[in-house]
Amino acid sequence: MFGFVIRRIISTIPVMGMVALLVFLMLRLTPGDPAAILAGDNGTPQQIEEIREALGLNEPIHKQFVIYIYDIVRGDLGESYFFKKQVTELIAQRVGATVSLAVVTLIITILVSIPLGVIAAYRRGSWVDQIVMGFSVMGFSIPVFVLGYLLIYVFSIELRWFPVQGYKPLSAGLWPHLHRLILPSITLSVIYIALIARMTRASVLDVLGEDYVRTAYAKGLKNSVVLMRHALRNAAVPIVTVIGIGIALLIGGVVVTETVYNIPGLGRLTVDAVLGRDYPTVQALILVFAFVYVVVNLLIDLSYTFLDPRIRY
Amino acid sequence: MKPSLKSWLIAATMPLAMMAGAAHADNTLRVVMHSDLKIVDPIWTTAYMSRNYGYMVYDTLFAMDEKLNIKPQMVESYTISDDELTYTFKLRGGLRFHDGAEVTSEDVIASLQRWGKKDSMGQKLMEFTAGMTANSANSFTLKLTKPFGLTLMALAKPSSNVPFIMPKRVAETSADEQISDYIGSGPFIFNAAAWKPGDTVVFDKNKAYQPRGGAPSWAAGGKKVMVDRVEWISMPDQQTAVNALIAGEIDYIESPPTDLLVLLEEEKDSISVVNLNPLGLQYMFRLNHLHPPFDNVKVRRAALAAINQEDFLKAAIGNPKYYKPCAAMFMCGTPLATDKGADIVMKTDIPLAKKLLKEGGYDGTKIVLMHSTDVDSLSRLAPVAAQALRKAGFNVDMQSMDWQTLVSRRSKKEIPAEGGWNVFMTAWVAADILNPIMAAGFGAGCDKAWFGWPCDAKMEGLRNEFIAAKPADQPAVAEKIQVRAMEVVTHAHAGQWYRPSAWRKDRLAGVLEGPVPFFWNITKK
Repeated sequence: MFGFVIRRIISTIPVMGMVALLVFLMLRLTPGDPAAILAGDNGTPQQIEEIREALGLNEPIHKQFVIYIYDIVRGDLGESYFFKKQVTELIAQRVGATVSLAVVTLIITILVSIPLGVIAAYRRGSWVDQIVMGFSVMGFSIPVFVLGYLLIYVFSIELRWFPVQGYKPLSAGLWPHLHRLILPSITLSVIYIALIARMTRASVLDVLGEDYVRTAYAKGLKNSVVLMRHALRNAAVPIVTVIGIGIALLIGGVVVTETVYNIPGLGRLTVDAVLGRDYPTVQALILVFAFVYVVVNLLIDLSYTFLDPRIRY
Repeated sequence: MKPSLKSWLIAATMPLAMMAGAAHADNTLRVVMHSDLKIVDPIWTTAYMSRNYGYMVYDTLFAMDEKLNIKPQMVESYTISDDELTYTFKLRGGLRFHDGAEVTSEDVIASLQRWGKKDSMGQKLMEFTAGMTANSANSFTLKLTKPFGLTLMALAKPSSNVPFIMPKRVAETSADEQISDYIGSGPFIFNAAAWKPGDTVVFDKNKAYQPRGGAPSWAAGGKKVMVDRVEWISMPDQQTAVNALIAGEIDYIESPPTDLLVLLEEEKDSISVVNLNPLGLQYMFRLNHLHPPFDNVKVRRAALAAINQEDFLKAAIGNPKYYKPCAAMFMCGTPLATDKGADIVMKTDIPLAKKLLKEGGYDGTKIVLMHSTDVDSLSRLAPVAAQALRKAGFNVDMQSMDWQTLVSRRSKKEIPAEGGWNVFMTAWVAADILNPIMAAGFGAGCDKAWFGWPCDAKMEGLRNEFIAAKPADQPAVAEKIQVRAMEVVTHAHAGQWYRPSAWRKDRLAGVLEGPVPFFWNITKK
């Protein structure tokens, strides 16, 4: 397995290289000039030209790319055009909020979706199954921002249970931290719950028809033991795979959720940087997201060996 | 009356609600501005957020009051020689930077020199300047080569770029480089350690600041800070900001979007929705003079005949309380306001537009109209313009894009088919267009002009005449400039409008009027 891990880590290098190239090219091909944005609405053509020169945007594109790659290799993700701060510093300021949001969302998702999926499978065709599947379709269908506004209206404006917006770090206390994360996490988890509940139901249904499940019942085991120890464990590989794939969904959702709930995380930083054509910040963020995605999928692959002893690398 | 389910729920969860509101038991003003602060150098960029930041952290030599009079601010007294070539200024006592150092003439001269390299009015002033010399620590002289009637106006310029006074060591930074030392002498101190870019900007009260005497009036008068701290909280989603104000999590929104005002106006008991800038803003219809068909003055005049202000204002603003058709290019209610020559933009005249198009030999060339989709106050303008121009017979290609793309594209001089453009619309705050030197749209110096690059020697001559005119003669010259602007169509003014602010009236008092949001004089309960 050690060899497998090494091979996978090495294989991330060309993946990250491709990501770097694509992001670099896409940003340069996107209309918009950071110099014009930096100069402000009343900026004159002369001011814009001076800023372009200062930022090196007048250099040929291949030269800009070489400088960019050279800096990455040296571990320098660059300096934000706008804030004149290292992008790593900006990311460090924001990563806590996004990680907290993602972790709370994942916890809610796993605690809700897997039991729902198992129950729906066990009660296949019943009203419970239909409600779970109905919720699943609804979860896929409601845009994250619509759900966010609905929850804010009910729980923040009308009932005043939760704040409308904002974020408190864990250092401000566990409850203030969670108090501001509950609504955003619920908002973000709904689509994820829908996806995983559906996947869990399908996987569990598959294994419920297997001989070893029938054997377990024949041995006189309780339903809960059969479902949890025999069915769910054997259905886990596809479920964990979907959780991994869903990380991309989570990253996309974070962008919207952080905007609606005004959480200063990486998602909002990405939106701001894209709108401002802050090339170094966008490039660094996409690399970070890509890296997280690659690492999560590596961990998922490794987890298969624990979930299914037949899998060997 | 039986308590409702909602009231039971609220009562039962009161501890939760109390925890949500507990953060507000301090003397911090929490504000959502129109955008996020990105650049902390108000000379390097013209961005309004950087200008607003400048008013918090720095002070100015002169300032404009609500009657548009120029009033001394850091200056105690000044004299002007009879030949109007020598201005001698004395700084008032007690002016200190945030690090405790005294503000001296050397600081002032270095600051004006840096500003004069960037700002359009500053550049004009420097063209007329023979030199600036420090007479003593608190007195300096500005010598001109020929009279410049806008000297004090330039020093009191209310909007970007404002001649803020910085320490000499900071002002000596190249004008093409952003400063990294945030020391000023203004009423607030920028808390750089607490600044979270894209999230929160924090200003602490400058306890050592010695305000002028007298009541505050716009940027002039006594700037007395009544709160301990001001936080600018970045909220890109305006609906979130409105919800936060209703829930009492913030105190003030600089400019809520027009379509959400109704939500705030419903909260009459707790929220004030008031226009704080009585002169408001003006929409601008800008044509590109470089390329056909608008390189032809007849075709440009045809475009003016096709549009009218009220259509733009109705579509963009809607509520007549917040707009006013106004023929004056220098804004209604200002000393230079005049209606002369501007009838053509007040009503649509399609027969005239068609006649002018025919006389101009318009051959159906497609015109690229840039449509900004993501700025609420601008997004509905281009479709109105497209409809009006099509009615007159123009072949319009309206291209939708985000504002930042538009801002980038408008600087391109290429033909429209190769990434250039023909028409776009934008807006200016009144403080930027109070005279034809400040207002970028009137510049007609070909390559040196603002985007659209009008080229008209007569207009440039009139602008120079305005610079040399005594204040009493300026309105007459401004009138000639307006007439000329309409004749050659440097641009068109597409209506005056107002952007109200909203704040918790159950908490705040003393909110000031002004062309820029000011945060002194405000008390918080």
